[in-house]
This record gives sequence, C-alpha cells and structure tokens, in this order.
Amino acid sequence: MKPVISLTNITKAYTIGEQRVEALKGVTFNVRRGEFVAIMGASGSGKSTCMNIIGCLDTPTSGSYLLEEVEVSGPDRDRDYLAAIRNARLGFVFQGFNLLARTTAGENVELPLLYAGVPAGERRKRAVAALEQVGLGERVDHYPNQLSGGQQQRVAIARALVNEPTIILADEPTGNLDTRTTDEVMGIFQRLNREGITIVMVTHEPEVAAFAGRQIVFRDGVIIDDKTILPQRHRDTEEHH
Amino acid sequence: MQLRQSLKIALRALRANKMRAFLTMLGIIIGIAAVIAMVAVGSGASKKISDQIASMGSNLLIVLPGSTTSGGLRAGPGSAATLTYDDARAVSSECPSVNAVAPEVRGTAQVVYGNLNWSTVVNGVTPEMLTVRDWPVASGRNLSQADVDGATKNCLIGRTVAENLFGGEDPVGKIVRIKKIPFTVVGLLDAKGQSTMGQDQDDQILVPLRTAQRKLFGSQFPNTIGVMLIQAKGGEALNKAEEEVTALLNQRHRVGPAREADFTVRNLSEIMAVSQQSSKVMSLLLGAVASISLVVGGIGIMNIMLVSVTERTREIGIRMAIGARERDILFQFLAEAVLLTTCGGIIGMALGAAGAVVVAKLVGWPVLVSAQAIIVAFAFSAGVGIFFGFYPARRAAALNPIEALRHE
Repeated sequence: MKPVISLTNITKAYTIGEQRVEALKGVTFNVRRGEFVAIMGASGSGKSTCMNIIGCLDTPTSGSYLLEEVEVSGPDRDRDYLAAIRNARLGFVFQGFNLLARTTAGENVELPLLYAGVPAGERRKRAVAALEQVGLGERVDHYPNQLSGGQQQRVAIARALVNEPTIILADEPTGNLDTRTTDEVMGIFQRLNREGITIVMVTHEPEVAAFAGRQIVFRDGVIIDDKTILPQRHRDTEEHH
Repeated sequence: MQLRQSLKIALRALRANKMRAFLTMLGIIIGIAAVIAMVAVGSGASKKISDQIASMGSNLLIVLPGSTTSGGLRAGPGSAATLTYDDARAVSSECPSVNAVAPEVRGTAQVVYGNLNWSTVVNGVTPEMLTVRDWPVASGRNLSQADVDGATKNCLIGRTVAENLFGGEDPVGKIVRIKKIPFTVVGLLDAKGQSTMGQDQDDQILVPLRTAQRKLFGSQFPNTIGVMLIQAKGGEALNKAEEEVTALLNQRHRVGPAREADFTVRNLSEIMAVSQQSSKVMSLLLGAVASISLVVGGIGIMNIMLVSVTERTREIGIRMAIGARERDILFQFLAEAVLLTTCGGIIGMALGAAGAVVVAKLVGWPVLVSAQAIIVAFAFSAGVGIFFGFYPARRAAALNPIEALRHE
C-alpha cells in the first residue's frame, strides 16, 4: 500500500540573526494509512518543525514531501494552495485547544467547513455529527469557557474531524490536561484510529506516546529511533461507543 | 467564503468590544455629521439667497440713469435724471425680447390716515410694476393705465404701511393723505418680505407714475423717471433683451464715440450668479473642513484595527491552520473596518440631518438635506473603511500561521 505521508531527506534551516540553525538535518520516513504515530523528542529536537512541515504550515528547505503521493513541498506551492490542503486533508489538534472564544462549540467545529464553502445548513449538520462522534452532541451551543479542558479538547478533535481529513495532526494534545482527561482524549484518538483515521501526534511524554502504535524519536534534527509497539489499551476503550 | 459570513464574524468581533467600537466609530460619526450638516446649511443658505433675489422678480434687467460728466466731475449710476417715461414706452414697444417695462419714480413721504401717520417710500409706477416684480394684489385692484394717464389720486399700499395706519381695518376704499394730498386706496399688496439688502419691501405705497411726477415729486424735468425695471421674455431672452435695450437707449440718447452713455443696464441674473458662486465656495470650504475630521476618524479606525489584528493574532493563526486563505482573513478584517465606518456613517447622517434642521430652524433657512449628500456621505464612509482598513487587514492576511499560532 502506498504511504499517506512520505518524507524524503527533509531539511529545514532558519537564519536567526547571523546564525544559521538547522532544525532538521535530513529526515526520511513514511506513514501508512491507518497508522497512529507518536513523534517524540526533547524540545529543540526538531519534532515540532517536522510536524509543521507535515501540517503544511511550513515548507522544507530541501527534500520531498508527498502527501497522498502528491508533492506539496515544491517552490510553486503558494500559501493559498497550502491553506486549501490544510482545509481539505488535514485536521489539527493543538496543545492549547485553540478554540475561538465567544464562539459556540458548534460554530468552532463549523469553521473548516466555512472556509471550504459548505452551505450553512449542511455545515451545522456535519458539525453536530462530529461533536456526537466525540460525545459532545448536546454541547453544540456551549461556549468554550463553559466547557472543561477535556471537553474543549474534544471540541477541537471534532473540528479536526469535520472535514473528513486524511490525517489528524495532534501537537501535544494532552499537554494542558490532567491524567484522567488525558486518558479520555487518547481513548478518542484510539477509537478514531481504529475507525481508519491516520493520526500523527507529537508528544514528549512517554505515557502518552504509549497509546500510539509506532514511535519515532527525534534528537538534534534527525530520527534516532523508529519502532512499532503494541499500543497501550485505553482503559475505557471498550466502553466507549 | 461569502460576504454574509464575513459580516457575521465582523459583527461578533465588534460586539465583543462594544465600547471600543463605539469610540472608534465616534470619529466617523462626527465627520459624517459635520459633512451632512455643513452641506445642508450651506445649500440652505444659498437657496435663501436665491429666493431673496427671485423676490425682486424673475428675468430682470434694471436700467439706472446717470453716469454723468459735468465739468470733469464724474458721478455714479443713478446720479442724474436722464431716463424718461418715453424711454420706457419705447423699450416696451420696440424691443421684441422684452416682456414688460416698469418705470419708477421714488420718493419718501409722510402718509396720514385719521390721527395716525407713517413715513414711507412712495413709488410712482405703471401697472406693469406688479407683473415685473411678480407681486400680486391681496385685495382690491391693481392701478390701471387710465390711472397713470389721468394722473389719478389712487394708490396701492404695502402690508407694513397698512398695519401701521389701519391696524386690523380693511384699507381698500379708504382715503390716505400723502404730502397732504388725499389718495384713495384701491388695493392692498401681498406680503413680499425683505429684499436682499434687508429692506422691508412691504413698507411702500405705489401711486400712478404721472401722479408722482406731477403732484408729489415734481422737478425741473417733469417727465424723468428714477429707474426702469425690465422683464425679459424668459431666462434665455435675458441677454438678448439686454442688448436690445442698450442699443435702443444708445440710439435714443445719441450715445456715440463723442458722448458717454448716460444710463447703466444691470442684469439681475449676474448678481444672482455671483451670490450663488460665493455661497457655493462657502459650502465647499465647510465641506473641506468636515472632510478633515473624516480623515482623522479614518486614522482612528486604522489604529484600532492594527491593535485588533495584534490582539487576535492567535485567532488568525487558528483560522489559517484550519484552511482560511489570505483573502478570507483580508475580507474578515476589511469587513470589520467597513462595518465600523458605515455604522458610524449612518449614525452621523442622522445626527447631521438633525443638526441641519436645528440650525435651519434657528436662522430661518430652508432645510436642504439632499439624497445626493446622503449617498455621497455613505459611500465616503464605506470608502474610508476600505482605505484605512486595508493596511491592517493586509497585515493580518500576511501573518505566518506558525508564528501566529505561537503568539500569546
């Protein structure tokens, strides 16, 4: 089977003042459809830079990035092209939830559809369906400040899901959560993964990475370890619908 | 993304910061209110002026006697009695572009009725005077040509004179004494109001021309008249009439290279044009001052939009991450700026129109809030929003999504 993500010899260098910083020094790996990958490493290891490139928020200095066999890292790929890719094929879950304040859960989930030009009626329907998928069907009209941290993160997951993306990219999704809600959120990821969604997650916590089926470890801009593991079973996985 | 969505997002953002939105709008509100009020007051003033000029009568030429040279001493128009009733009759019969000619002999006299007396202007006129001045009789009748030819002792009286001599009484048919000569009041003139110069036009008595010449203001040249008012046949004929009258009078007065003209022809529409011009310049100046406040308001909008973009950098980052294109972000912030300015514009228009009504009431001018001014003001306020909102919106749209997401 062809990989969903194929990175070949990706490098990324920044110039900060006079200094040239190489954040990635030649990274190569593939992610197959249906995988749940945890990208690990200390801060400054390059894992976030790699994530930004996979998320089409950034472009590599050199190397090739094929997303579903289409080159998306070429120099002719402008900002709007990348925005369209992010909108249609990628779903983002961030550490800080990043929900819009003063905007209901439903409207937050609708946002990607809004930019995709989906008509209002269908937007609403799909948003409600996505919220139901994460167990928040009855919280459509709640504002983020009326929801707990775990619930907010689930709204963010619903928002990532609503466009039926190829991949969900999660950047430290449990960084702001306590152990219990971390379990809850990871349970949702595992369930979505079983339903066939590819997930790439950045984390520096081994306990969180244990929920994934594969761990890639970064250090100083290169991959130092890439192993398939038996994922830790989420306690409540079976009870979750 | 549709316009409706952009507006909805913009509205939500403005509602989140009501006080700030209102204060930002205030600049535009004041600017637009000033523009609307100034333009309305300015055009009201110019309407007032043209009304006053029109009250003189329409399509008028005035022929003044004079500009005489006697022994090297030159005097201005009106300084010599060189026009005659015959001149007036000649103009009336020989100039095809002339509709009516009204010669006039003017003097001041004490008028007595019963035990009341009043000093007023007495005008010796022909029946055409009321046609030329566009001045109807309120009750009674106009003077007739027979009154003029027979030098009868009949008269028409103005409102002010009637009020001062008769009070509430009906003056028609009563006898008044002008310079001790008894005159029968045959008609009461309609109210005319003030002239351009502020004179009360109702404070006068009209008597037949011949009567004035022979019995009231007799001089060494009994046939002379003071001024001649000439009404042309419509506005287009005015310049033609002026040429004809000048040519005829030149001929009658034997004006040539050796002899300077002893009369002056004035065209009232020129006077009107000049005063219209000056009030137009006034409106323009007021409008310019008001526009400056609009520009200041626009800068306020730009300032607040820049603050707003900085504050909402993270929101912009989120929107970009989930697929907002540059133009989506651009429109979002532009919509916000335009919404601010157009709301301010609408409030400003209402305030400006109200202000104009109050000013008009206070000074007694007509209120002229034109639809054109409102459309222009509205377009201008939207334009200010686009112009001053573009740079902040552009800046928001150009943000790097990664940095925007990291922004605290």
